[in-house]
Amino acid sequence: MPTYQIKVNGVSQTVDVSEDTPVLWVLRDHLDLVGTKYGCGIGQCGSCTIHVDGTAMRSCSLTLSQIEGKEITTIEGLSEDGSHPVQQAWKEVDVPQCGYCQAGQIMTASAFLEQNPSPTEDDVRNAMHGNVCRCASYTRIRKAVMIASENME
Amino acid sequence: MSTNSSKKLSRRAFIRNSSLAGGGMIIGFNLLNSCKPKVVAEKAIDLASLDYSDFNAFIKIAKNGAVTIFSPNPEIGQGVKTSMPMIIAEELDVAWKNVHVVQGVLDTENYQRQVAGGSQSIRFGWDALRQTGAKAKHMLVSAAAARWGVDPSECTVSEGVITNAAGETLGYGDVVEEAALLEVPEEVTLKDPKDYKIMGKDASNVDIDEIVTGKPLFGLDYKADGMVYACVLRPPSFGQKLVSYDDAEARAMPGVIDVVTIGEKVRGLLAEDPSFGSKISSSDKVVVIAKSTWQAMKGKEAIKAVWEEESKVESTEEHDKILNDLLDGNKFNTMRSDGNIKKAFAEADEILERTYESPFLPHNCMEPMNFYADVTDEKVHLVGPIQTPAWKAGLVSKMLGREEKDIYLEMTRQGGGFGRRLYGDFVIEAAEISDKIKKPVKVVYSREDDMEDGIYRMALKYRIKAGIKDGKITAYHLKEAAINDNMYGLIPNFFPAGAIENYQVDAASYDSNITTGAWRAPYTNFLACAEQSFFDELAELMEVDKIQMRLDLLDKVKPEEDERIQYSPDRMKDVIKMAVEKSGWGNKPSNVYQGFVNYYCHNTHVAEVADVEIENGEPVVKKITCVVDCGIVVNPLGALNQIEGGVIDGVGHSMYGELAFKNGKPMANNFDKYRLIRMKEAPVVETYFIENTLSPTGLGEPTLPPAGGAIANAFKAATGNRLYKQPFIKTPELLKVPAKEIIG
Repeated sequence: MPTYQIKVNGVSQTVDVSEDTPVLWVLRDHLDLVGTKYGCGIGQCGSCTIHVDGTAMRSCSLTLSQIEGKEITTIEGLSEDGSHPVQQAWKEVDVPQCGYCQAGQIMTASAFLEQNPSPTEDDVRNAMHGNVCRCASYTRIRKAVMIASENME
Repeated sequence: MSTNSSKKLSRRAFIRNSSLAGGGMIIGFNLLNSCKPKVVAEKAIDLASLDYSDFNAFIKIAKNGAVTIFSPNPEIGQGVKTSMPMIIAEELDVAWKNVHVVQGVLDTENYQRQVAGGSQSIRFGWDALRQTGAKAKHMLVSAAAARWGVDPSECTVSEGVITNAAGETLGYGDVVEEAALLEVPEEVTLKDPKDYKIMGKDASNVDIDEIVTGKPLFGLDYKADGMVYACVLRPPSFGQKLVSYDDAEARAMPGVIDVVTIGEKVRGLLAEDPSFGSKISSSDKVVVIAKSTWQAMKGKEAIKAVWEEESKVESTEEHDKILNDLLDGNKFNTMRSDGNIKKAFAEADEILERTYESPFLPHNCMEPMNFYADVTDEKVHLVGPIQTPAWKAGLVSKMLGREEKDIYLEMTRQGGGFGRRLYGDFVIEAAEISDKIKKPVKVVYSREDDMEDGIYRMALKYRIKAGIKDGKITAYHLKEAAINDNMYGLIPNFFPAGAIENYQVDAASYDSNITTGAWRAPYTNFLACAEQSFFDELAELMEVDKIQMRLDLLDKVKPEEDERIQYSPDRMKDVIKMAVEKSGWGNKPSNVYQGFVNYYCHNTHVAEVADVEIENGEPVVKKITCVVDCGIVVNPLGALNQIEGGVIDGVGHSMYGELAFKNGKPMANNFDKYRLIRMKEAPVVETYFIENTLSPTGLGEPTLPPAGGAIANAFKAATGNRLYKQPFIKTPELLKVPAKEIIG
């Protein structure tokens, strides 16, 4: 099996997996970074969202060759201690119900706010539309992203 | 309903003290003593023989005063891991911020009803959890009083610190060892709700820090030494079984360790205990064992299997006809009958009859089904997300011929439940696989497996007929036709039972090989939409005010004369009146169209008003006003989350949810083909509670059923079109505003 050099949360790693292995499963099964969640495997639900050079991407639909030489950030690396403004806002609003999709929601929201630090509520609706929350915590997600945007300024 | 009673427990609870736990008191009582008349034999207290695994425990207090509370029930996102310990902490009188909450393992001896289902955890736990906390507090105070040589009544407690009349203080940790040796009091006085310091205040999800930082919490995150991964190839169509398979390609793939079949043990279990037969396929299944999840998934795809029909493969078109035939026929089981509907219909001036239909629904938990099993000679270790741990441990013990004491089941946090994890067919599979390969194994469903191998909300239809005589509703006949199962016995006693003199509920079902089961708010999840749409139409036909019609009906209900009636007409009227007020019912600008629903299920009274506006010629749900009477609100922050989630889930599935079948095979297997509600479609939810001090009831389900009816009634107001068929998106022509109105 081929060997890949990847950089995840600031740490360079060598992984030895078959070339079709999605980044999601490399993170979860090989690097023990299980915060990134499997939801659909086809890029439809957003549970597996990570940052690739700061852009939110679906790790279930990425292979290692696509991320070599790029900076990967997962929920575990968004901050050292949960202090990122988006994580703080999630705690303030108490967003989660089951919590399973929330890492993906937070990764989508944090990348979005980097690009659009002062969004309108409609901007937030559009930005977060790709992430499914089966518990339907959507009203709180919206509120938390707006609070985070204020705190990031 | 009393909230401040001193109830005598049916057995003397017992205490244990353990050196292995690092010192401190463990106190526990059988949860739900009052619900379970069988008296459990009292055990001798043998401090020396105890170890951690056999504690009958909810509370652990360390010598430094740290408090740990075990939360016994499965956490599926309904918030009980936060709210149930809050109830104990309140009566224990400790500071909530200092409490550490730990998920309890399955322990049928010391906990009862470790189930997530029916919105019943809080309702059933209420008395026992308060007693648990209050009794521990009583013992701690008694220990302190004894040390001081004063009467316990002279002591006060605040946040885990006991103070005597002289102003001396002792912390709970200072006296915990003495307290643990005291008799457990038979009776204690519970707090008056007005003195609550923890309940009624917002508390964050106890796992919030771990969730937002991506810590391992869920079943899919669980790993153990030597664990392998398994993906299971099950029959692609309901009604099929395995004939043969070719695994050569799969075996040659990287990471694939083995390919085995399972099924024999399940068939043995079903022969012994057929009760689970309708929830799991008895076919052989092909299992690919691999070193990683991805390799197991890919290996499964490489299996070439041959299937044959062992029973008829069914399609949605046939089900549609079958359900219609059931409604037209006479194979009903009468579930409640008051007066004489036949006579009343014969004498009626006018009759309204309507039929409502709704399709199969998958649960689509965000965390696909999965479970860990390690079957060894010593024990059977099971870990993962399950709503009914005791039931599954029992089935595994039967299937493997093991004693129940050998089964050790741990519950992880669960990425949604919605009823799917009540069944645990995946637990049975994991145990059979581990038993066969003699390795610790995690069974993982792909999303496709999860949607195709479901235990679905059944397709069902309702036909409702009402008779009107002299301007009054004199007869009401509700007929249900459903795949596999019919509504449970309490539902015919929900509103409008008792309000209409001649009233009958009939139910008929068709036995299908498609597996079906409970789905968030079983039956009422569609019945509410049907009945409340019907009332709306009835009011229009009778040319009466829609709200007044409901209030008039409620005036006729006399629960004191009919103990079968499940709901309180007074509490129902209160939620209706508040919803009218808070939603601005009847006083909205002309571009806002409203729909009203009142409902009772899962012991909670709810009224919802949907606000719909027209955008680009189509009605859009903008807001739902929701009024809830669930008694005391234990954790408002969590309660609001449940309510908002339930409402939006109700809107989403009414609008978009559908799983059709063709030749026994589901026509959707992932989120590209199955539409779930998303951010842009989610309305604002504005919630109001009826404030009272009645015993609390659950919130995981009751706000979902009314939502579909509320939006259907608002759509009618907006478009003039009545909706009789879910999902509403399937009839786009009915979701259009007539052209003249757009111009106008």
